Amino acid sequence: MEYYKITSEEIDVNQVITSVIRPEAGAINTFIGTVREFTGEKQTVSLQYEAYPSMAEKQLKRIGIEIREQWPNVQTSIVHRIGKLAISDIAVVIAVASPHRAESYEASRYAIERIKEIVPIWKKEYWTDGQEWIGDQLENTAYKNGAPKEEKE
Amino acid sequence: MITVLFFAKQQEQLGLEKVERSESKLPVSELKQKLIEDYPELSLANTMTAINEEYAEEDQIINDRDVVAFIPPVSGG
Repeated sequence: MEYYKITSEEIDVNQVITSVIRPEAGAINTFIGTVREFTGEKQTVSLQYEAYPSMAEKQLKRIGIEIREQWPNVQTSIVHRIGKLAISDIAVVIAVASPHRAESYEASRYAIERIKEIVPIWKKEYWTDGQEWIGDQLENTAYKNGAPKEEKE
Repeated sequence: MITVLFFAKQQEQLGLEKVERSESKLPVSELKQKLIEDYPELSLANTMTAINEEYAEEDQIINDRDVVAFIPPVSGG
């Protein structure tokens, strides 16, 4: 059974994977997003994710619908963690099951890119030398076509 | 009466998670203008608006009992 969830608990990766298993699937692609310590010169100590949970879950569901429109036989589950996370903690898990492998890679990539565009989740980085909400530090992440633009990596 | 929600940096700027406002039947752009006047420390640059958990355009009308949320650039994933 597909599911789309915001949680403040540790994510059970296996549970996300098993949720998309079905006899028609010949591939399950799993994306795991983790907390990165170094971004260029910046050293992250920890980070805090905040969400508008009810809307975020709706937007995750919407991503699932968009995926189904492009890859009709694909099953998707997405779980995003919020709260305080340490280096290497799992922040997001996406599991995509499909009859053949190509669609599972494509749909998984699509899901993570869309999360960075339309899902109301915010990350606050705590660095060795300060802290900042990510996404608006340059004040130039303008919205286009009614949805937030992708964060620059 | 409408409810206005703030998140992330804007929530910190205001020290507020939400406010109840008496106005309704006004477009998003007008509510933004009023909020900026009432809270000079608030920046709504690059901010999307959601009405009842759906993204809304600047000219969309906010009705009585709607929940309006300001969505600064997102950074999940």
